[in-house]
Amino acid sequence: MKRFLGFIEKEFYHIFRDKRSLFILFGMPIAQILLFGFAITNEINNVEIAILDHSKDATTGEIINKISASKYFSINQFIEQEADIEAAFKKGKIKAVLNFENDFSKNLVKEKQATIQVITDATDPNTANTISNYINSILQNYQLDQNKDIKIVYQIVPQTRMIYNPELKSVFMFVPGVMTIILMLVSAMMTSISITREKELGTMEILLVSPLKPFQVIIGKVVPYIFLSMINAVVIILLSIFIFKMPVQGSLFLLGLESVLFIITSLTLGILISTISATQQTAMMISLMGLMLPVILLSGFIFPISSMPAPLQIISHFIPAKWFIIILKGIMLKGVGISLLWKETLILLAMTLFFIGLSIKKYKIRLE
Amino acid sequence: MKKTNVIEVENLTKMFGDFTAVNAITFEVKKGEIFGFLGANGAGKTTAMKMLIGISKPTSGKAKVAGFDVFTHAEDIKKNIGYMSQKFALYDDLTVKENITFFGGIYGLSRPKIKEKTIALLEELGLQEVANQLVGSLPLGWKQKISFSVSLLHEPQIVFLDEPTGGVDPITRRQFWEMIYKSANQGTTIFVTTHYMDEAEYCDRVSIMVEGKIEALDTPKKLKDQFKVDSMNEVFLKLARNIE
Amino acid sequence: MSITLQHISKSYKKVEALKDISFEVKENELFGLIGPDGAGKTTLFRILTTLLFADEGTANVAGFDVVKDYKAIRQNVGYMPGKFSLYQDLTVEENLKFFATIFGTTIDENYELIKDIYVQIEPFKNRRAGKLSGGMKQKLALSCALIHKPKVLFLDEPTTGVDPVSRKEFWEMLKRLQQKGITILVSTPYMDEAALCDRIALIQDGKILKIDTPEAIVKHYPKTIYNIGANNMYQLILSLNAYEHSYSVYPFGEFVHYTDQRTNFELNDLKKYLEAENLTGVSIQSTKPTIEDTFMELAK
Repeated sequence: MKRFLGFIEKEFYHIFRDKRSLFILFGMPIAQILLFGFAITNEINNVEIAILDHSKDATTGEIINKISASKYFSINQFIEQEADIEAAFKKGKIKAVLNFENDFSKNLVKEKQATIQVITDATDPNTANTISNYINSILQNYQLDQNKDIKIVYQIVPQTRMIYNPELKSVFMFVPGVMTIILMLVSAMMTSISITREKELGTMEILLVSPLKPFQVIIGKVVPYIFLSMINAVVIILLSIFIFKMPVQGSLFLLGLESVLFIITSLTLGILISTISATQQTAMMISLMGLMLPVILLSGFIFPISSMPAPLQIISHFIPAKWFIIILKGIMLKGVGISLLWKETLILLAMTLFFIGLSIKKYKIRLE
Repeated sequence: MKKTNVIEVENLTKMFGDFTAVNAITFEVKKGEIFGFLGANGAGKTTAMKMLIGISKPTSGKAKVAGFDVFTHAEDIKKNIGYMSQKFALYDDLTVKENITFFGGIYGLSRPKIKEKTIALLEELGLQEVANQLVGSLPLGWKQKISFSVSLLHEPQIVFLDEPTGGVDPITRRQFWEMIYKSANQGTTIFVTTHYMDEAEYCDRVSIMVEGKIEALDTPKKLKDQFKVDSMNEVFLKLARNIE
Repeated sequence: MSITLQHISKSYKKVEALKDISFEVKENELFGLIGPDGAGKTTLFRILTTLLFADEGTANVAGFDVVKDYKAIRQNVGYMPGKFSLYQDLTVEENLKFFATIFGTTIDENYELIKDIYVQIEPFKNRRAGKLSGGMKQKLALSCALIHKPKVLFLDEPTTGVDPVSRKEFWEMLKRLQQKGITILVSTPYMDEAALCDRIALIQDGKILKIDTPEAIVKHYPKTIYNIGANNMYQLILSLNAYEHSYSVYPFGEFVHYTDQRTNFELNDLKKYLEAENLTGVSIQSTKPTIEDTFMELAK
């Protein structure tokens, strides 16, 4: 045990004396979470729109007020005729035009139906889509408010309600993803680098020719990173709660346990990488290409898995990060407990055991 | 017959902040001479050599290499010298021929000239058969002989050798020195930096640097006589002891 | 016997690194493995320190089989690999303390053994290992390899890249360690260090050329060697090589080591021949063979 503690002590010296690894450990998580939270976002904010109101009656006035009161849109100008719409777009400032038909209020009362044309600038299709969705939902809210007291028998109104993230804040989507990436990065890349560094230095030879058992070397390498990754997980959660006002609906305790599980999964991946690479550089390349890219592209963090082609959907099942993101979203956003997440947890656990087995099999007590 | 000096160094000094790495060294090297530049690790050898090959600017003093001033004509110096180090010599993942072509190319040799040189070089070393093999697959001794020949491709006036024969087997090492004697005989000046004292025995004259200064400079024979010992190794030991 | 090797062979893909190596190192012996880079020294060390399997043959270290009893060997040997394998970002003291801990001991417990060596670097004990000179790194690496009081010490090229003063001190340290009862197997590419060992094995291209005491090895050199000097070294070598009776011609520092095919011959004839070749300042003197001469003769 004393040998083992001595080993861990040494690992901490390495970590705290290397500015590069310190930066990756503590600078990266904060930088990433702030970057994803503030800059890279697919939510819209203060999008400038133009209004072409042919009726100029009470209802259109109310709707316009409602739209301009939301923080998503601000009204840039009022246009008087259809012919000016194109010119307004071409100036480049506005992203959408709302075109209210003639006699809007009257039609609504008389025919129970009135039309608004929403014209969006689709040079950026994602934004265009989001804008039209937002406007739709504002309109629907308005309709709901109006119809609260009246029972209308003949009409079916589809009511879209955004639950769990009613304000459609994308930071809520990113936090689980970023947390996954950071835990993966810190755990897998840092351990694989620190093990291969010993190979490169030649110290691994001495460690092997010592009474220290191979699994002690490996566990000794891993323990400091479990600890540091936990600190990271806490930092990320605190940042998201206090800066981005992200709710944690479910149990913090469960969140912690699942995080430990995922950290261990990543660490075993790191060990696995170190067994197949001889230099720090290779370890780094494999971690980045083999772990980071799949996590970003295939875990559902940025691109929804359901819209991927079938082969990629199948591949995504084998990416531990996918399951962890589901778990995180479940706990943080939906507030569900283990009763609903046991399947994902079990998959992660099985993967971890598999990687541990593989690492033990691959880890050499000799140089060959 | 008075030979011309191809390296002239006067009070050459290099400071890194407060630390004097090279402290006012003065010496000259004649054309066709094999000059050993010795010293322990950290004695300032490498720093001094970097100044002479034009990749580090001296703090003060004077130095001319191949007729060019190290302060003002560093680029001309680089064209007129060859360099070979044990640590980096050739690209392991290129064939012998490709290496020769590459190094000939960076020194501005024309294609036909490179072809001609390649044939001559391979013949001289008796390596025609391995011309298309990757350098990485060849024994260390061969690599070193090839890399020395490559450093001579552009017919430089001076060749700088950095610890050229450390770790090589004794026979190959002799062959290597025969190659050095040959090119010195043809008028190329050889500047060998090393901390292997047995390499020093082969030089015409050696200088020994200790803590940034040249503490001894003469032929190996005279140095051994002066210190009343049998080998350069012992000269070095005595010198180091005196300094301490 | 402290170390026994029987018919050890080892190949990597195409290259045969070791070919049928057998030798023994006695208890408390200082045994040298002398050969150039690529001779197979490191492979041999790795087999003996249980880091590699041999393809063929068996080996014992301190009474334990290198394959079956590898755990026992790992408890009982000290190993200093080729590059001074230290943690560059740990201080001198932290390095030593770390290696003591993983071997289940403390610096104080075995301080007596490393004292001689460690006192020389103790003034720098708070300096990072990466900032030490080659000689100091070497001393620290040796201290680390000794800290658990091994029975057998394996030193793979401990003097490569180290200045002559440190090299000399290092061999003095090895002698003192030997007196404390440690068996030492040391490898070096420097022929001049061979004389400092009790017995040596000359090794090249994976084959043992000869095993004996340094004195016996040079004594058995079959020919008389002449130190020949002249004013033009290159011409001297060419002329000697062209000489009809020449057997071997090797530059050797300021002289050429020359042997003749004939057992008895007139030195004056040779001198005349050389002078006829336009050489001046010709000197010929018989000299004692060195380990290096023997090595070249055997490797020829």
